[in-house]
Amino acid sequence: MGLSNRTKRSLLYDRAAAGLMGVMTRFSGLIVVVIAAGLFWKSVPILKNQSLFSLLFSSEWYPLRGQFGFLPFIMGSLWVTGTAMILAVPPCLLTAIYLAEYAPRGIREGVRPLIDLLAGIPSVIYGVWGVLVVVPWVKRAAGWFGYSTSGYCVLSAGIVLAVMIFPVIIHMTVEIVRAVPQEIREASLSLGATQWQTIKKVVLRKAFGGVLAAIVLGLSRAFGETMAVLMVAGNAVRSPAGFLDPAYPLPALIANNYGEMMSIPLYDSAMMLACLILLGVVLVFNILAKLVLIRIQKEIQ
Amino acid sequence: MNQPHICVENLNVYYGPDPSLRDVSITLPGRQIIAVIGPSGCGKTTFLKSLNRMVELAEGARVTGRVLVDGEDIYSPTAEVTAIRKKMGLLSQTPRPLPMSIYENVAYGPRIHGLNDRRKLDEIVEFRLRQVGLWEEVKDRLGQPASRISIGQQQRLCLARGLAVEPEIILADEPTSALDPMSSRRIEECFLELKKDYTIVIVTHILRQARRLADYAAFFYCGRLVEHGPAARMFENPTQRETIEYVKGIIS
Repeated sequence: MGLSNRTKRSLLYDRAAAGLMGVMTRFSGLIVVVIAAGLFWKSVPILKNQSLFSLLFSSEWYPLRGQFGFLPFIMGSLWVTGTAMILAVPPCLLTAIYLAEYAPRGIREGVRPLIDLLAGIPSVIYGVWGVLVVVPWVKRAAGWFGYSTSGYCVLSAGIVLAVMIFPVIIHMTVEIVRAVPQEIREASLSLGATQWQTIKKVVLRKAFGGVLAAIVLGLSRAFGETMAVLMVAGNAVRSPAGFLDPAYPLPALIANNYGEMMSIPLYDSAMMLACLILLGVVLVFNILAKLVLIRIQKEIQ
Repeated sequence: MNQPHICVENLNVYYGPDPSLRDVSITLPGRQIIAVIGPSGCGKTTFLKSLNRMVELAEGARVTGRVLVDGEDIYSPTAEVTAIRKKMGLLSQTPRPLPMSIYENVAYGPRIHGLNDRRKLDEIVEFRLRQVGLWEEVKDRLGQPASRISIGQQQRLCLARGLAVEPEIILADEPTSALDPMSSRRIEECFLELKKDYTIVIVTHILRQARRLADYAAFFYCGRLVEHGPAARMFENPTQRETIEYVKGIIS
């Protein structure tokens, strides 16, 4: 009474499929660890050559002389990301609150998918839009106020980035705000509070951690964004001193130069260190945000 | 006897095409405990929430008919909803303290209505917490988050929070269903004390609770108001078939 061949074959396939899927899953989980380890291993030469402190806080970027100060690029990233956050956070919060609390069903169901679609636009298209629309506009607008700029500057990059992170922040914030139990709103409204008082003093207080996490997720997206920023930021190697100065953020540095000047000693290792810094910052932000979100979801349920 | 306080005329509430509450007309006496009874899903909560326009918060809800509170139609286009709601304290099934301290929960209502004088707020907080018998239990930890006290204490805190805006009416939606027997009793004792000054409308599916508390009772069945009247008569001599069966425990 053995099993039929057909059954045996089915069982074999079943085991094989489960095994394959298991391997794939473990593999993709490992990728991030492998990449981080690889980057670290490749940046060891430059870390042996110079102290981490001088690499991070020196502005001397003369690869031919073996000087690799990342400060201009770090400052470029901070300026561009900071500008994007300043521009993105207020409208995102207001939009998200409107969508979650005020919008009639028709608007909510019509607008939310459109905003989410922003997330699906390839970043090179944002870059082209930045070059064709934002950069000339910033140049002209600066001219009205008596400033001269090429338009390829922190502000342009910030505007483009802000639009790119809209969907990240809005989507998350709407989810978080809608997860606040209806009964808490009712408790506040039943005391004669207006809707805005209720949102400001009760709903947002309850959702605060989650909204913060949504903002941090947007921030890490902005920090790591490469293509669009590279096309509009101006890419001059010095720390920007204002919104109209060009900036050279870390991702743009890596994308522009990796593979170009590999004959220079330690250049390759310096690039790897830049990647490691970028990866580290983005990972830390992401992990923090996710931890907060997990805690909040538990708390709300 | 008591002045009529709330008059409901031909009230219909729709969440979809069919009414969840159909053609309800009732006059609720003032300064009494009015029990709204009936099996679950019969429209009791909808009725309660239509008294302070909370029913409108549900997406797609539609209300026709009139609800007069002190002679004023709360559904008229000129009525101001926050003023209406301020008149009525709401106590929900599970206590929902606001995400702030015990003190701030009670002070929340007076604050949003413009009171910022710390001394007056202190007085209000103490007075209202005493009124619900919570002061002695929490006076040393007013600054702690309200979510830290027991659920029975939370419900009394919610009652104090509602009282702090000086309502005339207390609406309670199965306020003891999440509580242990001791806490339930304390809430009931509060109600009996409060009815001297307030009109209390309490939704309950616990028949014995209705018997213990109510001066007046209204029985809902399948979205209709079947029968209403003084509690003694409602429980001893109901006239409608559904009421008789419900009071005797044949349907529930």
